Amino acid sequence: MSALLQVDGVSKRFGGLQAVADVSFHIEEGEILGLIGPNGAGKTTLFNVVNGVYKGEKGTITFAGQDITGLTPDKIVHLGIARTHQIVKPLAGMSVLENVTVGGCFGRAYLGLREAREAAMEVLQTVGMAERANIPARSLTIAGKKRLEVARALAARPKLLLLDEVLAGLTPTEIAQMIQLVRKIRDGGISVFMIEHVMQAIMQLSDRIVVLNFGQKLAEGTPTEVARDPQVIEAYLGDSEITEKLSEKTS
Amino acid sequence: MIFRRLTFWLILALAAMFIILPLRGNNAALREDLILVAIAVTLVSNLNLMIGYTGYVNFGHIVFYGLGGYIGLYLVSERHWNLFLSAFVAGVLVSLVALLFGLGILRLRGAYFALATIGVLVAVNGFVANFNPWGRSTGMYLSFDAYQPLGGPMRALWTTYYLIIGVMALSLILSLAIKRSKFGLGLFAIREDEDAAVVLGINATVYKAIIYSISAFLPAIAGALMFYKNGMIDPSIAFEYMLSLEGIVMLMLGGQGTVVGAALGAGLYERLRSFLLTSPKLSNFHLVIAGGLLLLVVLFASGGIIGWLYRLLPRSREVIE
Repeated sequence: MSALLQVDGVSKRFGGLQAVADVSFHIEEGEILGLIGPNGAGKTTLFNVVNGVYKGEKGTITFAGQDITGLTPDKIVHLGIARTHQIVKPLAGMSVLENVTVGGCFGRAYLGLREAREAAMEVLQTVGMAERANIPARSLTIAGKKRLEVARALAARPKLLLLDEVLAGLTPTEIAQMIQLVRKIRDGGISVFMIEHVMQAIMQLSDRIVVLNFGQKLAEGTPTEVARDPQVIEAYLGDSEITEKLSEKTS
Repeated sequence: MIFRRLTFWLILALAAMFIILPLRGNNAALREDLILVAIAVTLVSNLNLMIGYTGYVNFGHIVFYGLGGYIGLYLVSERHWNLFLSAFVAGVLVSLVALLFGLGILRLRGAYFALATIGVLVAVNGFVANFNPWGRSTGMYLSFDAYQPLGGPMRALWTTYYLIIGVMALSLILSLAIKRSKFGLGLFAIREDEDAAVVLGINATVYKAIIYSISAFLPAIAGALMFYKNGMIDPSIAFEYMLSLEGIVMLMLGGQGTVVGAALGAGLYERLRSFLLTSPKLSNFHLVIAGGLLLLVVLFASGGIIGWLYRLLPRSREVIE
Protein backbone atom coordinates (compact mmCIF):
# COMPACT_ATOMS: atom_id res chain seq x y z
CA MET A 1 0.00 0.00 0.00
CA SER A 2 1.69 3.22 -1.14
CA ALA A 3 1.12 6.60 0.47
CA LEU A 4 -1.74 8.88 -0.59
CA LEU A 5 0.61 11.82 -1.08
CA GLN A 6 4.31 11.39 -1.69
CA VAL A 7 6.51 14.49 -1.86
CA ASP A 8 10.12 13.92 -2.93
CA GLY A 9 12.87 16.50 -2.77
CA VAL A 10 10.72 19.54 -3.50
CA SER A 11 12.37 22.98 -3.68
CA LYS A 12 10.99 26.47 -4.29
CA ARG A 13 13.02 29.64 -4.57
CA PHE A 14 11.91 33.29 -4.67
CA GLY A 15 14.82 35.27 -6.08
CA GLY A 16 17.53 34.96 -3.45
CA LEU A 17 15.31 33.31 -0.89
CA GLN A 18 15.22 29.52 -0.75
CA ALA A 19 11.68 29.20 0.66
CA VAL A 20 11.50 25.41 0.50
CA ALA A 21 14.68 23.31 0.17
CA ASP A 22 14.67 19.65 -0.77
CA VAL A 23 11.71 18.64 1.38
CA SER A 24 10.37 15.07 1.33
CA PHE A 25 7.51 13.52 3.27
CA HIS A 26 4.40 11.43 2.75
CA ILE A 27 0.83 11.23 3.99
CA GLU A 28 -0.96 7.93 4.54
CA GLU A 29 -4.61 7.47 3.80
CA GLY A 30 -6.80 8.47 6.77
CA GLU A 31 -3.93 10.24 8.49
CA ILE A 32 -3.71 13.71 10.01
CA LEU A 33 -0.27 15.12 9.31
CA GLY A 34 0.70 18.34 11.09
CA LEU A 35 3.13 20.87 9.64
CA ILE A 36 4.78 23.23 12.11
CA GLY A 37 7.70 25.60 12.14
CA PRO A 38 8.59 29.19 13.07
CA ASN A 39 7.18 32.09 11.04
CA GLY A 40 8.73 32.26 7.61
CA ALA A 41 9.77 28.61 7.67
CA GLY A 42 8.09 27.97 4.31
CA LYS A 43 4.97 26.13 5.46
CA THR A 44 2.45 28.00 3.29
CA THR A 45 4.89 27.93 0.36
CA LEU A 46 5.05 24.15 0.69
CA PHE A 47 1.22 24.05 0.60
CA ASN A 48 1.26 26.24 -2.48
CA VAL A 49 3.70 23.91 -4.22
CA VAL A 50 1.62 20.84 -3.32
CA ASN A 51 -1.64 22.30 -4.67
CA GLY A 52 -0.03 23.85 -7.74
CA VAL A 53 -0.25 27.58 -6.96
CA TYR A 54 3.56 27.65 -7.26
CA LYS A 55 5.70 25.41 -9.42
CA GLY A 56 8.67 23.98 -7.57
CA GLU A 57 12.05 24.00 -9.31
CA LYS A 58 12.91 20.50 -8.19
CA GLY A 59 11.30 17.36 -6.91
CA THR A 60 8.21 15.32 -7.64
CA ILE A 61 4.78 15.13 -6.07
CA THR A 62 2.72 11.96 -6.44
CA PHE A 63 -0.91 11.82 -5.37
CA ALA A 64 -2.90 8.59 -5.32
CA GLY A 65 -0.37 6.99 -7.63
CA GLN A 66 -0.41 9.84 -10.14
CA ASP A 67 2.37 12.33 -10.80
CA ILE A 68 0.88 15.78 -10.16
CA THR A 69 4.12 17.78 -10.30
CA GLY A 70 3.54 21.07 -12.12
CA LEU A 71 -0.21 20.71 -12.60
CA THR A 72 -2.35 23.82 -12.13
CA PRO A 73 -4.49 24.21 -8.96
CA ASP A 74 -7.78 23.59 -10.80
CA LYS A 75 -6.51 20.22 -12.09
CA ILE A 76 -5.18 19.26 -8.67
CA VAL A 77 -8.50 19.94 -6.94
CA HIS A 78 -10.21 17.78 -9.59
CA LEU A 79 -7.89 14.93 -8.61
CA GLY A 80 -8.85 15.34 -4.97
CA ILE A 81 -6.65 17.81 -3.06
CA ALA A 82 -8.67 20.74 -1.69
CA ARG A 83 -7.32 23.52 0.52
CA THR A 84 -8.15 26.46 2.72
CA HIS A 85 -6.28 29.76 2.82
CA GLN A 86 -4.46 31.24 5.75
CA ILE A 87 -5.61 34.67 4.63
CA VAL A 88 -9.25 33.88 3.92
CA LYS A 89 -10.48 34.37 0.35
CA PRO A 90 -14.28 34.39 0.47
CA LEU A 91 -16.16 35.15 -2.75
CA ALA A 92 -17.32 38.22 -0.88
CA GLY A 93 -20.30 39.32 -2.94
CA MET A 94 -21.81 35.84 -3.12
CA SER A 95 -23.84 34.14 -0.41
CA VAL A 96 -22.37 31.52 1.90
CA LEU A 97 -24.38 28.85 0.09
CA GLU A 98 -23.14 30.02 -3.33
CA ASN A 99 -19.54 29.95 -2.09
CA VAL A 100 -19.88 26.33 -1.01
CA THR A 101 -21.80 25.46 -4.20
CA VAL A 102 -18.78 26.62 -6.22
CA GLY A 103 -16.69 24.09 -4.30
CA GLY A 104 -19.09 21.26 -5.18
CA CYS A 105 -19.50 22.33 -8.79
CA PHE A 106 -15.84 22.56 -9.70
CA GLY A 107 -13.99 20.35 -7.21
CA ARG A 108 -13.43 16.60 -7.41
CA ALA A 109 -17.19 16.12 -6.95
CA TYR A 110 -17.80 18.11 -10.18
CA LEU A 111 -21.54 18.14 -9.59
CA GLY A 112 -24.26 19.83 -11.60
CA LEU A 113 -25.64 23.08 -10.20
CA ARG A 114 -28.66 21.58 -8.46
CA GLU A 115 -26.85 18.61 -6.88
CA ALA A 116 -24.01 20.92 -5.85
CA ARG A 117 -26.47 23.19 -4.07
CA GLU A 118 -27.96 20.25 -2.17
CA ALA A 119 -24.50 18.93 -1.32
CA ALA A 120 -23.48 22.42 -0.21
CA MET A 121 -26.42 22.56 2.18
CA GLU A 122 -25.34 19.24 3.71
CA VAL A 123 -21.77 20.46 4.14
CA LEU A 124 -23.04 23.66 5.77
CA GLN A 125 -24.97 21.49 8.21
CA THR A 126 -21.80 19.50 8.96
CA VAL A 127 -19.77 22.62 9.72
CA GLY A 128 -22.65 24.22 11.60
CA MET A 129 -23.34 27.13 9.25
CA ALA A 130 -26.69 26.08 7.81
CA GLU A 131 -28.55 29.00 9.36
CA ARG A 132 -26.15 31.44 7.72
CA ALA A 133 -26.49 29.94 4.23
CA ASN A 134 -28.13 32.95 2.63
CA ILE A 135 -26.15 35.84 4.02
CA PRO A 136 -23.39 37.40 1.91
CA ALA A 137 -19.97 35.90 2.64
CA ARG A 138 -18.53 39.35 3.27
CA SER A 139 -20.65 39.83 6.39
CA LEU A 140 -19.28 36.73 8.19
CA THR A 141 -16.96 37.11 11.19
CA ILE A 142 -13.37 35.92 10.82
CA ALA A 143 -14.31 32.61 12.50
CA GLY A 144 -17.21 32.29 10.07
CA LYS A 145 -14.94 32.96 7.10
CA LYS A 146 -12.48 30.28 8.27
CA ARG A 147 -15.35 27.83 8.60
CA LEU A 148 -16.53 28.82 5.12
CA GLU A 149 -13.05 28.04 3.76
CA VAL A 150 -13.32 24.56 5.27
CA ALA A 151 -16.89 24.07 3.99
CA ARG A 152 -15.95 25.13 0.46
CA ALA A 153 -12.99 22.74 0.42
CA LEU A 154 -15.12 19.89 1.82
CA ALA A 155 -17.80 20.41 -0.82
CA ALA A 156 -15.20 19.45 -3.42
CA ARG A 157 -15.25 15.95 -1.81
CA PRO A 158 -11.47 15.76 -1.58
CA LYS A 159 -9.39 12.75 -0.62
CA LEU A 160 -6.87 15.08 1.00
CA LEU A 161 -7.62 18.37 2.70
CA LEU A 162 -4.93 21.02 3.25
CA LEU A 163 -5.80 23.28 6.19
CA ASP A 164 -3.69 26.43 6.47
CA GLU A 165 -3.97 27.84 10.01
CA VAL A 166 -7.70 27.39 10.42
CA LEU A 167 -7.35 27.96 14.17
CA ALA A 168 -5.45 31.26 14.08
CA GLY A 169 -7.44 34.16 15.47
CA LEU A 170 -10.22 32.03 16.90
CA THR A 171 -11.45 32.12 20.51
CA PRO A 172 -10.89 29.05 22.72
CA THR A 173 -14.50 27.91 22.20
CA GLU A 174 -14.20 28.29 18.45
CA ILE A 175 -10.90 26.40 18.53
CA ALA A 176 -12.54 23.52 20.39
CA GLN A 177 -15.32 23.41 17.79
CA MET A 178 -12.84 23.48 14.91
CA ILE A 179 -10.79 20.65 16.47
CA GLN A 180 -13.95 18.57 16.66
CA LEU A 181 -14.71 19.41 13.06
CA VAL A 182 -11.25 18.31 11.88
CA ARG A 183 -11.70 14.99 13.71
CA LYS A 184 -15.11 14.57 12.11
CA ILE A 185 -13.59 15.19 8.67
CA ARG A 186 -10.90 12.56 9.21
CA ASP A 187 -13.46 10.08 10.55
CA GLY A 188 -15.36 10.69 7.33
CA GLY A 189 -12.39 9.20 5.47
CA ILE A 190 -10.56 12.35 4.35
CA SER A 191 -6.85 12.65 5.05
CA VAL A 192 -5.74 15.98 6.51
CA PHE A 193 -2.52 17.94 6.15
CA MET A 194 -2.57 20.96 8.43
CA ILE A 195 -0.40 23.96 9.25
CA GLU A 196 -0.98 25.21 12.75
CA HIS A 197 0.59 27.53 15.30
CA VAL A 198 -1.75 26.55 18.11
CA MET A 199 0.57 23.90 19.56
CA GLN A 200 -1.85 22.27 21.92
CA ALA A 201 -4.28 21.66 19.09
CA ILE A 202 -1.79 20.26 16.62
CA MET A 203 -0.24 18.00 19.24
CA GLN A 204 -3.70 16.64 20.05
CA LEU A 205 -4.85 16.19 16.49
CA SER A 206 -1.86 14.99 14.48
CA ASP A 207 -0.87 11.39 13.98
CA ARG A 208 2.53 12.60 12.84
CA ILE A 209 4.18 16.01 12.54
CA VAL A 210 6.67 17.47 10.09
CA VAL A 211 8.77 20.41 11.31
CA LEU A 212 10.12 22.98 8.85
CA ASN A 213 12.79 25.56 9.58
CA PHE A 214 14.34 27.92 7.02
CA GLY A 215 12.70 25.88 4.28
CA GLN A 216 14.25 22.60 5.36
CA LYS A 217 12.72 19.63 7.05
CA LEU A 218 14.04 19.71 10.59
CA ALA A 219 12.24 16.73 12.04
CA GLU A 220 9.42 14.28 11.48
CA GLY A 221 7.63 11.89 13.79
CA THR A 222 4.83 11.43 16.27
CA PRO A 223 3.94 14.49 18.36
CA THR A 224 5.85 13.11 21.31
CA GLU A 225 8.98 12.36 19.26
CA VAL A 226 8.94 15.78 17.67
CA ALA A 227 8.43 17.58 20.96
CA ARG A 228 11.45 15.79 22.46
CA ASP A 229 13.70 16.52 19.49
CA PRO A 230 16.45 18.90 20.67
CA GLN A 231 16.72 20.48 17.19
CA VAL A 232 13.05 21.34 17.25
CA ILE A 233 13.29 22.86 20.72
CA GLU A 234 16.27 24.87 19.56
CA ALA A 235 14.43 26.16 16.50
CA TYR A 236 11.67 27.40 18.74
CA LEU A 237 14.04 28.92 21.34
CA GLY A 238 13.29 32.55 21.81
CA ASP A 239 9.65 31.68 21.60
CA SER A 240 9.44 30.69 25.24
CA GLU A 241 5.72 30.09 25.17
CA ILE A 242 5.94 27.43 22.49
CA THR A 243 9.01 25.81 24.03
CA GLU A 244 7.13 25.62 27.29
CA LYS A 245 4.13 24.06 25.64
CA LEU A 246 6.31 21.56 23.82
CA SER A 247 7.95 20.45 27.07
CA GLU A 248 4.55 20.38 28.75
CA LYS A 249 3.41 17.85 26.19
CA THR A 250 6.44 15.65 26.67
CA SER A 251 6.26 15.53 30.44
CA MET B 1 -35.74 25.87 -15.74
CA ILE B 2 -35.38 29.19 -17.43
CA PHE B 3 -39.06 29.20 -18.52
CA ARG B 4 -40.11 29.38 -14.89
CA ARG B 5 -38.29 32.64 -14.34
CA LEU B 6 -40.19 35.90 -14.50
CA THR B 7 -37.29 37.63 -16.24
CA PHE B 8 -37.63 35.23 -19.18
CA TRP B 9 -41.24 36.30 -19.72
CA LEU B 10 -40.29 39.96 -19.27
CA ILE B 11 -37.81 39.54 -22.13
CA LEU B 12 -40.45 38.00 -24.38
CA ALA B 13 -42.91 40.76 -23.48
CA LEU B 14 -40.30 43.39 -24.34
CA ALA B 15 -39.63 41.76 -27.73
CA ALA B 16 -43.37 41.54 -28.44
CA MET B 17 -43.78 45.21 -27.58
CA PHE B 18 -40.96 46.16 -29.95
CA ILE B 19 -42.65 44.17 -32.72
CA ILE B 20 -46.17 45.46 -32.18
CA LEU B 21 -45.57 49.16 -31.47
CA PRO B 22 -44.31 50.34 -34.89
CA LEU B 23 -46.93 48.25 -36.70
CA ARG B 24 -49.64 50.75 -35.85
CA GLY B 25 -49.79 53.07 -38.84
CA ASN B 26 -46.63 51.58 -40.35
CA ASN B 27 -44.63 53.94 -38.13
CA ALA B 28 -41.15 53.99 -39.70
CA ALA B 29 -39.89 56.80 -37.45
CA LEU B 30 -40.69 54.82 -34.34
CA ARG B 31 -39.11 51.76 -35.92
CA GLU B 32 -35.86 53.66 -36.46
CA ASP B 33 -35.87 54.82 -32.82
CA LEU B 34 -36.51 51.32 -31.54
CA ILE B 35 -33.86 49.76 -33.73
CA LEU B 36 -31.24 51.95 -32.04
CA VAL B 37 -32.53 50.88 -28.65
CA ALA B 38 -32.43 47.21 -29.71
CA ILE B 39 -28.83 47.55 -30.90
CA ALA B 40 -27.85 49.27 -27.64
CA VAL B 41 -29.53 46.54 -25.57
CA THR B 42 -27.76 43.85 -27.61
CA LEU B 43 -24.33 45.45 -27.23
CA VAL B 44 -24.71 46.27 -23.55
CA SER B 45 -26.13 42.94 -22.47
CA ASN B 46 -23.25 41.11 -24.16
CA LEU B 47 -20.75 43.57 -22.70
CA ASN B 48 -22.31 42.69 -19.34
CA LEU B 49 -21.11 39.09 -19.76
CA MET B 50 -17.55 40.42 -19.52
CA ILE B 51 -17.83 43.37 -17.14
CA GLY B 52 -20.75 42.36 -14.97
CA TYR B 53 -20.38 38.59 -14.86
CA THR B 54 -16.63 38.06 -15.10
CA GLY B 55 -15.27 41.37 -13.80
CA TYR B 56 -13.19 42.20 -16.87
CA VAL B 57 -13.65 45.67 -18.37
CA ASN B 58 -13.67 45.57 -22.16
CA PHE B 59 -13.18 49.02 -23.69
CA GLY B 60 -13.15 47.62 -27.20
CA HIS B 61 -16.45 45.78 -27.29
CA ILE B 62 -17.56 47.74 -30.37
CA VAL B 63 -14.92 45.80 -32.37
CA PHE B 64 -17.26 42.79 -32.50
CA TYR B 65 -20.13 44.87 -33.84
CA GLY B 66 -18.03 46.64 -36.48
CA LEU B 67 -16.19 43.53 -37.59
CA GLY B 68 -19.49 41.64 -37.85
CA GLY B 69 -20.83 44.50 -39.99
CA TYR B 70 -17.85 44.37 -42.31
CA ILE B 71 -17.90 40.60 -42.76
CA GLY B 72 -21.69 40.58 -43.26
CA LEU B 73 -21.68 43.41 -45.78
CA TYR B 74 -18.74 41.91 -47.65
CA LEU B 75 -20.46 38.52 -47.97
CA VAL B 76 -23.73 40.08 -49.12
CA SER B 77 -22.32 42.60 -51.58
CA GLU B 78 -19.17 40.93 -52.93
CA ARG B 79 -20.02 37.24 -52.57
CA HIS B 80 -23.79 37.58 -53.10
CA TRP B 81 -24.62 35.36 -50.15
CA ASN B 82 -28.05 35.76 -48.62
CA LEU B 83 -28.39 37.97 -45.54
CA PHE B 84 -29.26 35.23 -43.03
CA LEU B 85 -26.24 33.09 -43.85
CA SER B 86 -23.93 36.14 -44.07
CA ALA B 87 -24.98 37.41 -40.64
CA PHE B 88 -24.61 33.97 -39.09
CA VAL B 89 -21.18 33.42 -40.62
CA ALA B 90 -20.14 36.91 -39.46
CA GLY B 91 -21.13 35.91 -35.91
CA VAL B 92 -19.18 32.65 -36.04
CA LEU B 93 -16.05 34.21 -37.58
CA VAL B 94 -15.96 37.12 -35.13
CA SER B 95 -16.43 34.70 -32.22
CA LEU B 96 -13.46 32.68 -33.45
CA VAL B 97 -11.33 35.81 -33.78
CA ALA B 98 -12.39 36.78 -30.24
CA LEU B 99 -11.45 33.34 -28.95
CA LEU B 100 -7.95 33.73 -30.38
CA PHE B 101 -7.57 37.26 -28.98
CA GLY B 102 -9.05 36.07 -25.70
CA LEU B 103 -6.59 33.22 -25.19
CA GLY B 104 -3.84 35.80 -25.65
CA ILE B 105 -4.96 38.86 -23.74
CA LEU B 106 -7.02 37.19 -21.01
CA ARG B 107 -3.83 36.06 -19.31
CA LEU B 108 -3.69 39.70 -18.25
CA ARG B 109 -5.58 40.94 -15.25
CA GLY B 110 -7.36 44.14 -14.26
CA ALA B 111 -6.03 47.36 -15.76
CA TYR B 112 -3.67 45.52 -18.11
CA PHE B 113 -6.53 43.61 -19.66
CA ALA B 114 -8.49 46.85 -20.07
CA LEU B 115 -5.51 48.43 -21.83
CA ALA B 116 -5.16 45.42 -24.11
CA THR B 117 -8.82 45.76 -25.17
CA ILE B 118 -8.10 49.33 -26.25
CA GLY B 119 -5.17 47.92 -28.20
CA VAL B 120 -7.46 45.41 -29.93
CA LEU B 121 -9.87 48.20 -30.90
CA VAL B 122 -7.14 50.43 -32.33
CA ALA B 123 -5.42 47.56 -34.14
CA VAL B 124 -8.57 46.14 -35.74
CA ASN B 125 -9.68 49.61 -36.77
CA GLY B 126 -6.25 50.28 -38.28
CA PHE B 127 -6.26 46.97 -40.11
CA VAL B 128 -9.72 47.47 -41.60
CA ALA B 129 -8.98 51.07 -42.63
CA ASN B 130 -6.07 49.77 -44.71
CA PHE B 131 -7.63 46.56 -46.02
CA ASN B 132 -8.19 46.84 -49.77
CA PRO B 133 -10.97 44.25 -50.26
CA TRP B 134 -13.06 46.17 -47.71
CA GLY B 135 -12.57 49.55 -49.34
CA ARG B 136 -9.98 50.92 -46.92
CA SER B 137 -11.12 54.16 -45.27
CA THR B 138 -14.01 54.77 -47.70
CA GLY B 139 -15.66 51.50 -46.75
CA MET B 140 -18.27 49.57 -48.74
CA TYR B 141 -21.69 50.39 -50.18
CA LEU B 142 -24.55 48.07 -50.98
CA SER B 143 -26.32 48.33 -54.31
CA PHE B 144 -30.13 48.32 -54.32
CA ASP B 145 -30.03 44.82 -55.85
CA ALA B 146 -28.82 43.50 -52.53
CA TYR B 147 -32.31 44.12 -51.10
CA GLN B 148 -34.15 42.23 -53.85
CA PRO B 149 -33.99 38.79 -52.20
CA LEU B 150 -35.93 40.27 -49.25
CA GLY B 151 -38.60 41.81 -51.49
CA GLY B 152 -37.13 45.25 -52.13
CA PRO B 153 -35.71 47.95 -49.80
CA MET B 154 -38.99 48.74 -47.98
CA ARG B 155 -39.71 45.14 -47.06
CA ALA B 156 -36.03 44.52 -46.29
CA LEU B 157 -36.04 47.32 -43.71
CA TRP B 158 -38.87 45.68 -41.81
CA THR B 159 -37.32 42.22 -42.08
CA THR B 160 -33.97 43.40 -40.70
CA TYR B 161 -35.84 45.22 -37.95
CA TYR B 162 -37.53 42.00 -36.82
CA LEU B 163 -34.25 40.12 -37.04
CA ILE B 164 -32.53 42.71 -34.85
CA ILE B 165 -35.36 42.46 -32.29
CA GLY B 166 -34.77 38.70 -32.35
CA VAL B 167 -31.05 39.20 -31.74
CA MET B 168 -31.85 41.55 -28.85
CA ALA B 169 -34.19 38.99 -27.28
CA LEU B 170 -31.64 36.21 -27.76
CA SER B 171 -28.96 38.36 -26.12
CA LEU B 172 -31.08 38.84 -23.03
CA ILE B 173 -32.12 35.18 -22.88
CA LEU B 174 -28.47 34.16 -23.26
CA SER B 175 -27.53 36.46 -20.37
CA LEU B 176 -30.25 34.95 -18.22
CA ALA B 177 -29.37 31.37 -19.13
CA ILE B 178 -25.67 31.95 -18.36
CA LYS B 179 -26.50 33.65 -15.07
CA ARG B 180 -28.51 30.60 -13.98
CA SER B 181 -25.94 28.02 -15.12
CA LYS B 182 -22.93 26.31 -13.62
CA PHE B 183 -20.79 28.13 -16.19
CA GLY B 184 -22.20 31.43 -14.92
CA LEU B 185 -21.44 30.49 -11.32
CA GLY B 186 -17.84 29.91 -12.39
CA LEU B 187 -17.72 33.36 -14.03
CA PHE B 188 -19.11 35.07 -10.94
CA ALA B 189 -16.51 33.26 -8.83
CA ILE B 190 -13.79 34.62 -11.13
CA ARG B 191 -15.26 38.10 -10.73
CA GLU B 192 -15.19 37.85 -6.93
CA ASP B 193 -11.68 36.42 -6.56
CA GLU B 194 -9.88 34.82 -9.47
CA ASP B 195 -7.15 33.17 -7.35
CA ALA B 196 -9.73 31.57 -5.08
CA ALA B 197 -11.77 30.47 -8.10
CA VAL B 198 -8.77 28.64 -9.57
CA VAL B 199 -8.03 26.89 -6.28
CA LEU B 200 -11.70 25.83 -6.18
CA GLY B 201 -11.24 24.12 -9.53
CA ILE B 202 -12.20 26.66 -12.19
CA ASN B 203 -9.96 26.85 -15.25
CA ALA B 204 -10.10 30.64 -15.33
CA THR B 205 -8.12 31.11 -18.55
CA VAL B 206 -10.47 28.89 -20.54
CA TYR B 207 -13.61 30.29 -18.90
CA LYS B 208 -12.58 33.86 -19.66
CA ALA B 209 -11.69 33.09 -23.27
CA ILE B 210 -15.01 31.32 -23.80
CA ILE B 211 -17.10 34.14 -22.36
CA TYR B 212 -15.12 36.73 -24.34
CA SER B 213 -15.88 34.72 -27.47
CA ILE B 214 -19.57 34.29 -26.58
CA SER B 215 -19.88 38.03 -25.89
CA ALA B 216 -18.75 38.62 -29.50
CA PHE B 217 -21.30 36.40 -31.26
CA LEU B 218 -24.61 38.28 -31.12
CA PRO B 219 -23.07 41.79 -31.38
CA ALA B 220 -21.36 40.65 -34.60
CA ILE B 221 -24.69 39.40 -35.99
CA ALA B 222 -26.34 42.65 -34.92
CA GLY B 223 -23.59 44.54 -36.77
CA ALA B 224 -24.09 42.51 -39.93
CA LEU B 225 -27.85 43.19 -39.87
CA MET B 226 -27.56 46.87 -38.97
CA PHE B 227 -24.98 47.77 -41.63
CA TYR B 228 -26.95 45.80 -44.23
CA LYS B 229 -29.98 47.88 -43.28
CA ASN B 230 -27.92 51.10 -43.53
CA GLY B 231 -26.49 49.99 -46.89
CA MET B 232 -22.98 51.18 -46.16
CA ILE B 233 -20.10 50.84 -43.75
CA ASP B 234 -16.81 52.64 -43.13
CA PRO B 235 -14.26 52.38 -40.32
CA SER B 236 -15.41 55.51 -38.48
CA ILE B 237 -19.02 54.32 -38.09
CA ALA B 238 -18.15 50.65 -37.64
CA PHE B 239 -15.66 51.25 -34.84
CA GLU B 240 -17.15 54.24 -33.08
CA TYR B 241 -14.87 54.56 -30.04
CA MET B 242 -17.33 56.77 -28.24
CA LEU B 243 -20.09 54.16 -28.52
CA SER B 244 -17.77 51.61 -26.92
CA LEU B 245 -17.38 53.93 -23.93
CA GLU B 246 -21.04 54.84 -23.80
CA GLY B 247 -21.86 51.13 -23.63
CA ILE B 248 -19.98 51.00 -20.34
CA VAL B 249 -21.95 54.02 -19.08
CA MET B 250 -25.24 52.33 -20.02
CA LEU B 251 -24.25 49.15 -18.22
CA MET B 252 -23.14 50.92 -15.05
CA LEU B 253 -26.28 53.06 -15.10
CA GLY B 254 -28.66 50.10 -15.31
CA GLY B 255 -26.74 47.80 -13.03
CA GLN B 256 -23.81 45.62 -14.07
CA GLY B 257 -24.16 41.90 -13.47
CA THR B 258 -27.93 41.94 -13.95
CA VAL B 259 -29.88 41.02 -17.09
CA VAL B 260 -32.61 43.59 -16.52
CA GLY B 261 -30.13 46.31 -15.54
CA ALA B 262 -28.23 46.00 -18.81
CA ALA B 263 -31.45 46.34 -20.82
CA LEU B 264 -32.79 49.17 -18.68
CA GLY B 265 -29.54 51.17 -18.77
CA ALA B 266 -29.24 50.75 -22.53
CA GLY B 267 -32.86 51.73 -23.15
CA LEU B 268 -32.85 54.79 -20.91
CA TYR B 269 -29.51 56.10 -22.08
CA GLU B 270 -30.23 55.50 -25.76
CA ARG B 271 -33.52 57.43 -25.58
CA LEU B 272 -31.82 60.28 -23.72
CA ARG B 273 -29.00 60.32 -26.24
CA SER B 274 -31.37 60.42 -29.20
CA PHE B 275 -33.31 63.25 -27.61
CA LEU B 276 -30.17 65.30 -26.94
CA LEU B 277 -28.63 64.53 -30.33
CA THR B 278 -31.71 65.70 -32.23
CA SER B 279 -32.34 68.86 -30.25
CA PRO B 280 -30.44 71.57 -32.14
CA LYS B 281 -29.05 73.46 -29.14
CA LEU B 282 -27.74 70.41 -27.36
CA SER B 283 -25.82 68.64 -30.13
CA ASN B 284 -23.04 66.52 -28.60
CA PHE B 285 -24.21 67.56 -25.16
CA HIS B 286 -25.01 63.89 -24.55
CA LEU B 287 -21.33 63.24 -23.93
CA VAL B 288 -21.37 65.70 -21.04
CA ILE B 289 -24.34 63.81 -19.66
CA ALA B 290 -22.63 60.47 -20.25
CA GLY B 291 -19.53 61.52 -18.35
CA GLY B 292 -21.58 63.01 -15.53
CA LEU B 293 -23.78 59.92 -15.25
CA LEU B 294 -20.78 57.61 -15.12
CA LEU B 295 -19.23 59.68 -12.32
CA LEU B 296 -22.48 59.76 -10.36
CA VAL B 297 -23.06 56.03 -10.69
CA VAL B 298 -19.49 55.04 -9.85
CA LEU B 299 -19.35 57.42 -6.87
CA PHE B 300 -22.77 56.96 -5.35
CA ALA B 301 -24.54 53.90 -6.73
CA SER B 302 -22.00 51.38 -7.96
CA GLY B 303 -24.77 48.83 -8.49
CA GLY B 304 -26.70 51.14 -10.84
CA ILE B 305 -30.49 51.33 -10.86
CA ILE B 306 -30.98 47.61 -10.22
CA GLY B 307 -28.35 47.58 -7.47
CA TRP B 308 -30.24 50.42 -5.83
CA LEU B 309 -33.47 48.44 -6.13
CA TYR B 310 -31.79 45.37 -4.57
CA ARG B 311 -30.72 47.47 -1.58
CA LEU B 312 -34.18 48.95 -1.21
CA LEU B 313 -36.02 45.63 -1.58
CA PRO B 314 -33.62 42.74 -0.94
CA ARG B 315 -36.26 40.23 -1.99
CA SER B 316 -36.41 41.71 -5.50
CA ARG B 317 -33.09 39.90 -6.11
CA GLU B 318 -35.05 36.66 -6.54
CA VAL B 319 -37.36 38.08 -9.21
CA ILE B 320 -35.44 40.76 -11.09
CA GLU B 321 -32.32 39.08 -12.38
